[in-house]
Amino acid sequence: MMSVPAPDLQNLYRHIVLEHSRHPRNQRRMEPHDREAEGHNPLCGDKIRVYTQLRDGNLADIAFEASGCAICIASASLMSETTKGQTDAAVRSLAGHFQHALTSGTGELPGDLAALMGVSQYPSRIRCATLPWKTLLAALDASADTVTTEQMSPSR
Amino acid sequence: MTAASIDVAALRRDFPILAQQVNGHPLAYLDNAASSQRPLQVLDAVRHYYTHDHANIHRGVHTLSHRATDLYEGARETVRAFINAASVREIIFTRGTTEAINLVAFSFGQRLGPGDEILVTTMEHHSNIVPWQLLCERSGAVLRVAPINDAGELLFDEFVQLLGPRTRLVSVAHISNALGTVNPVKAMVAAARGRGIPVLLDGAQAIAHEAVDVRELDCDFYAFSGHKMCGPTGTGVLYGREAILRDMPPWQGGGDMILTVSFSGTTYNELPYRLEAGTPNIAGVVGLAAAIRYLTTLGMANIAAWEAQLLSYATAALVAIPGMKIVGTARHKAALVSFNVDGIHPHDLGTVLDQQGVAIRAGHHCAMPVMERFGLDGTARASFAFYNTTGEIDQLVAALRVAQRMFA
Repeated sequence: MMSVPAPDLQNLYRHIVLEHSRHPRNQRRMEPHDREAEGHNPLCGDKIRVYTQLRDGNLADIAFEASGCAICIASASLMSETTKGQTDAAVRSLAGHFQHALTSGTGELPGDLAALMGVSQYPSRIRCATLPWKTLLAALDASADTVTTEQMSPSR
Repeated sequence: MTAASIDVAALRRDFPILAQQVNGHPLAYLDNAASSQRPLQVLDAVRHYYTHDHANIHRGVHTLSHRATDLYEGARETVRAFINAASVREIIFTRGTTEAINLVAFSFGQRLGPGDEILVTTMEHHSNIVPWQLLCERSGAVLRVAPINDAGELLFDEFVQLLGPRTRLVSVAHISNALGTVNPVKAMVAAARGRGIPVLLDGAQAIAHEAVDVRELDCDFYAFSGHKMCGPTGTGVLYGREAILRDMPPWQGGGDMILTVSFSGTTYNELPYRLEAGTPNIAGVVGLAAAIRYLTTLGMANIAAWEAQLLSYATAALVAIPGMKIVGTARHKAALVSFNVDGIHPHDLGTVLDQQGVAIRAGHHCAMPVMERFGLDGTARASFAFYNTTGEIDQLVAALRVAQRMFA
């Protein structure tokens, strides 16, 4: 009989994560907006639409509408707080850093984003956390197509 | 813990996979509608086949090829007897239910043209929707959908009204994988065949849970998978009434399905080989026959009786949880419960339960039209097999309480 030690659930659902999933920041339809994109996770049904308002190369405003699990909603909420006011380049860099940290389980995430590091121990949930970021990148690229977690991360 | 005449504690020893700790808790495997587990008898049969008897079938002059052929064709007879088909010519081995349905869509489907209709229901699995959508694209046929009520039951009168002069095939689930609804398939078949319309039953969720008699059902096709009935993955069966299979063209070309091949023309083999191209999953089929012997020894009536007890125990335990919403409350239900808990997304439930050793499915269950019908993104689903215990249901309920405390 094999026993695998359980990763602590409190590490996945940290207080900050649960708090953001219950009271997501910037969850609204943004009108007017200059970019938007939609993301789906076909495996679990998470759906998100991200709206952005860009000014002089900065993400002046960001909002989202989503239906999904606690990890997805909390990640979108934390993403919106962290990226608002940042330059386009900084947002892209942070998105790459976030994806890498979660898939590799290494590195540090700045500020409250660090609360999502626990997700890296739950391979089936990484896509829930990265979907908002992929959708934000699609919005910044003004990609017309709906993005899905499948086509963007074949290894996961 | 014992029902009628099955000894659950004893038979669980045949399933070593169940006796493990997952994330520090005893495993409660409640995802049987996705795939069941296999008893040692099935593993032994596959190992014995590869250890002693393997060769290619239907073509060798040597002893091992004869043995392998006898085992493979013996398995066909085992399947025939299990579902009471009239002849082994009516048993086509496939990779699973999905391939069985695709076989019908590609082969039988060739007779469909623009304006012809295929009738399904709202509660179908994607594998009983998409092959027909693809056929409609190829042929110009139209897919019609019979609706269901809020309990997840077929609206029978509306189903009958949809049986029209252009309906060429009815293809419906025997049991819904997302809701647990047991359809009134005998009456559905009678209504369709009374109008001269053939019927395919998707038996993926039924075959391991109740006795299936294709001649009593009077269906034209019955499709099921080995891996949901304690058999190997990559095995499945299409039963087809011989009179209808006889006129169906080959759907895949290759070895075994031909009699003679020349560049001036090829003649096809007889049933069932005409519809089985290439070297099949011989070892898998040998394992499938062992699974059928295992189920038959337990007795399908005994299995059904115990699973009915598990369903009523689970339903009573779950409805007692505040904030619990059971999705699919048909009067005639199989042993699975789809549900949502207020304030907790099914995906989060799945993770929290897994951390307590409880394996369930979370999501749309490959039945997105069902989720749309109920206005849901998904559900959590606990699905039972004869080796499950009421203790495992208690473990599920305790784990749900933990999830509720976490997300309170």
